[in-house]
Amino acid sequence: MRQGEISLVGLLALFSLYLIWKSTELPIGYIRGQGPGGGFWPFWLALGMLLSCLASAWKWWRTQSPASRSDEPFMDAFGWRTLLYVGGSVIAFVGLISIVSMYGAVAVFLLYYLRFLGRHSWFLTLAISLSLPIGLFFFFEAVMLISMPQGMSFTQPAFDLMYDIIY
Amino acid sequence: MEVMSFLADGILLALEPINLALIIAGVTVGLFIGAMPGLGSVNGVAILLPITFLVPPNSAIIFLAAIYYGAMYGGAISSVTLGIPGASTAVATTFDGRPLALQGRASLALVTAALASFVGGTVATVLFTLFAPVLASTALSFGPPEIFALMLLAFATFVGLGGDDIPKTVFSICLGLVLAAVGFDTISGEPRMVLFEIDGFMRGIGFIVLAIGVYGIGEMLWTIEQTRGEVTTTNPKMTAKGMMSDAKEAAQRGWKGTAIGSLIGFFVGILPAAGATPGSLMSYGVAKMLSKTPEEYGKGSPDGVAAPESANNSASTGSMLPMLTLGIPGSPTTAILLGGMVIWGLTPGPRLFIDESEFVWGLIGSFYISNIAALVINLAFIPLFVWMLRMPFTILAPLIFVLSIVGGFAASRSIHDLWLIVIFGLSAFFLRKFDYPLAPAVLAIVLGPIAEPTLRQSLLLSSGDPMIFFTRPIAGPITIIAIILILLPAVKLLRRKLALAKN
Repeated sequence: MRQGEISLVGLLALFSLYLIWKSTELPIGYIRGQGPGGGFWPFWLALGMLLSCLASAWKWWRTQSPASRSDEPFMDAFGWRTLLYVGGSVIAFVGLISIVSMYGAVAVFLLYYLRFLGRHSWFLTLAISLSLPIGLFFFFEAVMLISMPQGMSFTQPAFDLMYDIIY
Repeated sequence: MEVMSFLADGILLALEPINLALIIAGVTVGLFIGAMPGLGSVNGVAILLPITFLVPPNSAIIFLAAIYYGAMYGGAISSVTLGIPGASTAVATTFDGRPLALQGRASLALVTAALASFVGGTVATVLFTLFAPVLASTALSFGPPEIFALMLLAFATFVGLGGDDIPKTVFSICLGLVLAAVGFDTISGEPRMVLFEIDGFMRGIGFIVLAIGVYGIGEMLWTIEQTRGEVTTTNPKMTAKGMMSDAKEAAQRGWKGTAIGSLIGFFVGILPAAGATPGSLMSYGVAKMLSKTPEEYGKGSPDGVAAPESANNSASTGSMLPMLTLGIPGSPTTAILLGGMVIWGLTPGPRLFIDESEFVWGLIGSFYISNIAALVINLAFIPLFVWMLRMPFTILAPLIFVLSIVGGFAASRSIHDLWLIVIFGLSAFFLRKFDYPLAPAVLAIVLGPIAEPTLRQSLLLSSGDPMIFFTRPIAGPITIIAIILILLPAVKLLRRKLALAKN
C-alpha cells in the first residue's frame, strides 16, 4: 500500500502538471476591460491540485496517512480478478454498444454476468437478459423518446420489428 | 387575510377533478423518472411539456409542477437503493442514505427522505405564500459577488465533508472544478482544456458522467472487492407497523436536519442560478457542522438524509419564486417551465400576480396538494423499492451497471461520455483504495459552472480587486464565514498538536 500511495500521488501530480500546461493555452492573467482570462480559473485550480499532491507526498514521507504505514499488498489475487472479470466486462459492454446496439450489449452483458459470475440458472439468466433490454427499449424509445445506439446494420431487422410494435 | 382568501381559491382550483388527476399522474411519473439514474425533473418536465398544450395553462403548470415535485422525491430512491444519485440534487442523500441501506435500514432512509421532503416542500410553500414579493426583491440584490461568496461557502463545507485528509479533499474539489472547466470558455467562447485534443471534450464533462462513473461503476467495484462479492445489503422487513416505527424514528432522529434543510433550501432556492443542488449540499454541510454527533454523518445518520432531502424539495419550491415574480429561472427545470408559460401566452414578472392571479394562486395551491400526494404515493411505493434490495447482489450489481450505462447515455447521448464513465469509474476505484474522498469532486463539478463565471464577473466589476468579496454587505459576511470554515480544520489540527506538545 505504501508504494502504491506514492505512485498514485506521482501520477496525479503529473496529471496536474499537464492540466497546468493545458490551461495556459488561454490567458491566465487579468485582461484590462475583459476580466480574468479563460485560463485563469483552471490554471489556479490545477496548481491547487499540484500543491495538494505535494502535501500528500509530505504526509506519506512522514507516514501520516494509513496507506503509508501499511505493508499489505495493494490488492490481492481476488481484487485483481474482480477488477479483470467485473471491470473488464463493463469495458466490453461499452465496446459492444457500437456493434450489437445498446440493447444487444445489455443482453450480452447480463447473460455473462448472471450466468458466469453470478452462477444463476439458465432460466433466470435468460429471463432477465431478454426481458430487461425489451423493457428498456419500450421505456426509452416509446415513452421517453430517447433513441439509443443501434449498432451495426445487421441489428436493423430487429429494430424495425420493435418499431412496428411502437408505431 | 387577502392572501388566505387567494390561497383558499387556489387550493380549490387545484382540487378540481382534472387538476387532482394531473397532480397524481404528474407526481407518479416524476417519482419514477427521478428514481432512474441519469434522468431528473428537467428530463420529465421537458419531455412532457408538449402534452400540456392539450389542457388549460392552469392545469398544465400544475401537472408540470407535480412532475417536478415527484422527481425531487424520486431522486432519493436511487441514492438509497442503488447508491447512485439520480440527479445532482440527490448527491448528498447518497452519503447517509446508502450506508443506511447497507445496514438493512433502507426503509428508514426512504421514509426519512419522504417525510423530510414533505416538510421541506410544505415549509417552502408556506414561506412562498407569505413572503413572495418581499423575497423576490431580496433575491434580486444577489449579484455575482454574492453568488460566488455562496459558492465559496458551499466549497468550505466540502472541506468538512471530506474527512481528516485535507490535501486529498482539496485535490478532489480542485479536480471537480477543473473538469467542470473543460469544453468552452463561456466568456470568450474559445475552446478550453480539450484534453489530449480529443474532440469529445469540446462538449465538456457533465455532472452525471462523473457521478455515474464514481457511484455507479467505481463504488460498485470497490464494494465487490471489499466484501469479496458477499454483499449482504439487508433483510428488510416491510410491514405497516415497521414503516410506522421508521416514521417515528425518522421524526426523532431527523427533525434537526429537516429544519435546517427546509430553511437553507428555500433561501438558496430563491437565488437566481443557485437552485436545489447547492441548497441540498449546504444543508448537509451545515447540519453536520451543527450536529452534536458529526462523526455519525456518512455512516448512516437519518439527519444526513433529512437535511439534503428537505432542502432539495424546499429549494425546488423556492426556485419557482424568481421565475414567477421576476421571470428569472432559479434552476434548469424552472427555465423549461418559464418557456412553457411564455408559450401558453403568460408573461412572467411582477405583474403576473395581479394580471393572472388565478393562475398563480392555483399553482401555489397545487404545491400543497402535490406535496401531500407525493408523500402518500412515495410511501406507498417504498415496499417496492426496498424489495429491490432483497435481490441477490449478483443480480442487483449487473442491473446497477446496466442502469448506469444506459442512464449515462440517456443523459448525454454520447458514446464518448460512456467511455468517460468507465474511465472515471476505474479511476474512482483506485482513488477510493487510497482514501481520496470523491464526493467533493462530484459536488464541485456541479457548482463549477456557477462559481467560475460569477468569480470572473465579480473581478471584472472590481477591476481585478478581490476585496469586492469582503466589502459588500451580503457577500462580505458570507465570504468571512467561508474562510473561517476553510481554516477550521487547520486550527483544530494546530490545537491538537499544541495539546500533544504540552502533554
